[in-house]
Amino acid sequence: MNVTEGPGLRPRRNPKRSPWRYVVIAVMLFLALALADVVLTNPNFGWPVVGQYLFSAVILDGLLLTLELTAVVMVVGSVLGVILAVMRTSTNTFVARGAWAYIWFFRGTPLLIQVIFWFNIAALFPRISLGVPFGPTLAGIDANALVTPWTAAVLALSLNEGAYMAEIVRGGLLGVDRGQYEAAQALGMRPSKVFGIILPQAVRTIIPPTANQLVTTFKNTALVSVIGLADLLHSAQVVYALNYQTIPLLIVAAFWYLLLTSLLSYFQSLLERRYSKGYVPRSRPRAATGTSDAVALKEA
Amino acid sequence: METPMIVLRGIQKRFDSVHVLKGVDYSVSRGSVSCLIGPSGSGKSTLLRCINGLQPADEGEVWVDGELIGLRIDGDHVIPLPEKEIADQRRQIGMVFQRFNLFPHMTALENVMSGPLRVNRADKERTRDLAMGLLDRVGLAERADHYPNELSGGQQQRVAIARALAMKPKVMLFDEPTSALDPELVGEVLSVMRDLAAEGMTMIVVTHEMGFARDVADHVCFMDEGVIVEEGHPDTVLTDPRTARAREFLKRG
Repeated sequence: MNVTEGPGLRPRRNPKRSPWRYVVIAVMLFLALALADVVLTNPNFGWPVVGQYLFSAVILDGLLLTLELTAVVMVVGSVLGVILAVMRTSTNTFVARGAWAYIWFFRGTPLLIQVIFWFNIAALFPRISLGVPFGPTLAGIDANALVTPWTAAVLALSLNEGAYMAEIVRGGLLGVDRGQYEAAQALGMRPSKVFGIILPQAVRTIIPPTANQLVTTFKNTALVSVIGLADLLHSAQVVYALNYQTIPLLIVAAFWYLLLTSLLSYFQSLLERRYSKGYVPRSRPRAATGTSDAVALKEA
Repeated sequence: METPMIVLRGIQKRFDSVHVLKGVDYSVSRGSVSCLIGPSGSGKSTLLRCINGLQPADEGEVWVDGELIGLRIDGDHVIPLPEKEIADQRRQIGMVFQRFNLFPHMTALENVMSGPLRVNRADKERTRDLAMGLLDRVGLAERADHYPNELSGGQQQRVAIARALAMKPKVMLFDEPTSALDPELVGEVLSVMRDLAAEGMTMIVVTHEMGFARDVADHVCFMDEGVIVEEGHPDTVLTDPRTARAREFLKRG
């Protein structure tokens, strides 16, 4: 039987582009030009001031502190997150519920409140002491001396970070195939060694959300400016409090935040490639015989 | 008479309301190959997992080479061992899974080395020699540096066998080792298992490969609905079963 081809079924050689396409391009171009006009000709943007402070010592010191804070918080938060994630999957319900309550509390309250809370912990406990509950005190220290803006910032951000990382790590651990646990157990591995087999596999799925979390944390550190810690934002604020150049200095801070978040995204893609080892076929496929390859990939 | 390598007594297992194993007594003598056959859902795989405690039995005892697995006798009571000690006991019980379960982030060689290195803290150079020897034995020495996803199903299963053997186990448990394979890849895995049997390894094989059971097994158990319905020499059980249920099953197979 002959299939007669209707005119509408023939593939078009030159698919006609919608005329709206050009309208959209024209509108976009117009908006971009308008934006450039405003940004470049409005003197209140203060571009010379931006240039003057972009690499100034006070701003760079603030940037350094922001980076240090981010690094410390990410490390402490990740360790805390792994511990909490393992606790949440524990067969001991007491341990599992404890971790759940922790995550519930720290994810459920605003980070800004947590930052201010830890900074003002001295109002709650004027002296922080080690001792037996309801018993004798072994050692004590004045809370205001112990909880500096730096420790308050590290505490608040790390404890909060731990709660978010716990959920990310838990998701990764749950994503590893049950058979992997069984295979490790069957070899005679103790629980800690089994974890050593599972975690690297979980890391692959943990990386993308962790990198997002890193970017979020990096930006969240700006909250510590409220407790007077000289981070990037606070440093900019100190300068504009003196010279009233608020917008230019916010642009300076935003520039550095944007540059660093872009760099972090780049490193994220590098890391993801590294941990895809054994999951994505290598550039030169060296797989085995004939049809079985497809099966092997499917099975893996 | 020599004590059997594996003895199971009164094994019971429930999953929620489902009674999977209803009191299984079973033993395997030293150096022999025993095949567990039967319809799916009959409890074969669960029985196998009770032996190394991956799914501990609710009731009953498992003895491997004279050692009680997963339990400690304290007077009139039996007390479950802590997970660490069960893990130590599993070193002498190798297991091969239906879906291979190779560690995907390790090469074939690293997979085979993983047991001795991580469990026994063995010397790295000596373990490498041992692992290369085992990969050679399963015919995959030249694939040592490949990741599992670069190997065929049959090759992956042979690596999995080598990985289990690296712990120098006293017994080997096979849980439907060829069921996830393309038909043309079944032979290479069975041939490795045949060699292992010939070398005197004590093996329990859950399988649907009646040919393998007939040729290699010293003993065949037919299980159905959580009990061993019939057991004995393969010639008897496979060709001339006493029970109607076994006859029915083998006719279908």
